[in-house]
Amino acid sequence: MLATAVILFREVLEAALIVAIVLGATRGVANRGRWVLAGIGAGLGGAAIVAGLASTAAALLTGEGQALLNAAILLTAVCMLTWHNVWMSSHARELKAELSAVGADVQSGSKPLTALAVITAMAVMREGSEAVLFLWAIAAGGEGRGSMGVGAMLGVGAGVLAGSLLYRGLLRIPVRHFFTVTSWLILFLAAGLSAQAAGFLNQAGLLPALGQGLWNTSEWLDQNSLTGQLLHILVGYVASPSGIQILFYLATLGVILLLMYRPRWRSL
Amino acid sequence: MNRYRWLPAVMLAFSGLVSGLAQGADSTAVITIHNGKFEPSELHLPADVRSRITVRNQDAFPAEFESVPLSREVVVPPRGEVSFFVGPAAAGRYGYFNDFNHDMKGTVVLEAAGGH
Repeated sequence: MLATAVILFREVLEAALIVAIVLGATRGVANRGRWVLAGIGAGLGGAAIVAGLASTAAALLTGEGQALLNAAILLTAVCMLTWHNVWMSSHARELKAELSAVGADVQSGSKPLTALAVITAMAVMREGSEAVLFLWAIAAGGEGRGSMGVGAMLGVGAGVLAGSLLYRGLLRIPVRHFFTVTSWLILFLAAGLSAQAAGFLNQAGLLPALGQGLWNTSEWLDQNSLTGQLLHILVGYVASPSGIQILFYLATLGVILLLMYRPRWRSL
Repeated sequence: MNRYRWLPAVMLAFSGLVSGLAQGADSTAVITIHNGKFEPSELHLPADVRSRITVRNQDAFPAEFESVPLSREVVVPPRGEVSFFVGPAAAGRYGYFNDFNHDMKGTVVLEAAGGH
């Protein structure tokens, strides 16, 4: 039961933290709740399809197909996060102004809502399909259904709780710093996901490693420990990264920063 | 003229990428999941070259092959198989486990050529 809870917690945590960050980052944008729900729904549907495909050992998930699918999902999320941050860099001021006005419901634009839904769907789909497969493996491994069910609920509950704590924590940030903080969170989130995608493309043999395991900080901070995993999700911590992952990480940071600050250069 | 200054750099990067791809797999190995165990539990491969590993699942339930030092993570469908590349990496012992069942563990041992 405890093993089930711990592993499900770890699967749910990643999706929950990503959703919490993008929810925070779109604070004040009208109708975002509906879009997040749509994203969660689509993600659960996608997770069910992936889990179903895995049961038939479909070509999509065997051979090198799975790594390509993961890379495609991650890179889509990176593009959406980039779009979101670029949009925010030119709209944060109005959102901030309207948030400060008492009881104002912000109506400025609906642009990042598609991005919000897609990011949510991608995160839920990736982690959801793994959670389903894991539960299946546990069930087949002989753990009783009751104890598995309790463990699963504890794990999912704790993951969602962690997500909502992060969201509440974000909301405590004063409005004048709020969008700066969420933009930086999304920047590092995107860079970390991009490095993960590079790892999958290298795993499929499509990109050179450019040095596998350039360093290893496992002894200092185990990637599978709670702190290690939190940092892995939030800023892309990898205990033993390859050169191509570092390259993707830095390139993503650079490109997003460039796009975020471009309008300001123009106005100079 | 000047506007194509970046061309040599792009071509160099591209040729580097292609040679990385063309380098090919120098060895292939199979790890089998059978009765809740990885076989062989210790897989020996040459160090400093890229190798292709196929994980074949003969059991009726899914597994997730995960190695932190090799930074590989892949779900192995029941009665299915997945393939992926590792390395080139330095000689040494690289542990892995089944993320769906942490009691299932194994090691990939990369050995320097010539055995010096």
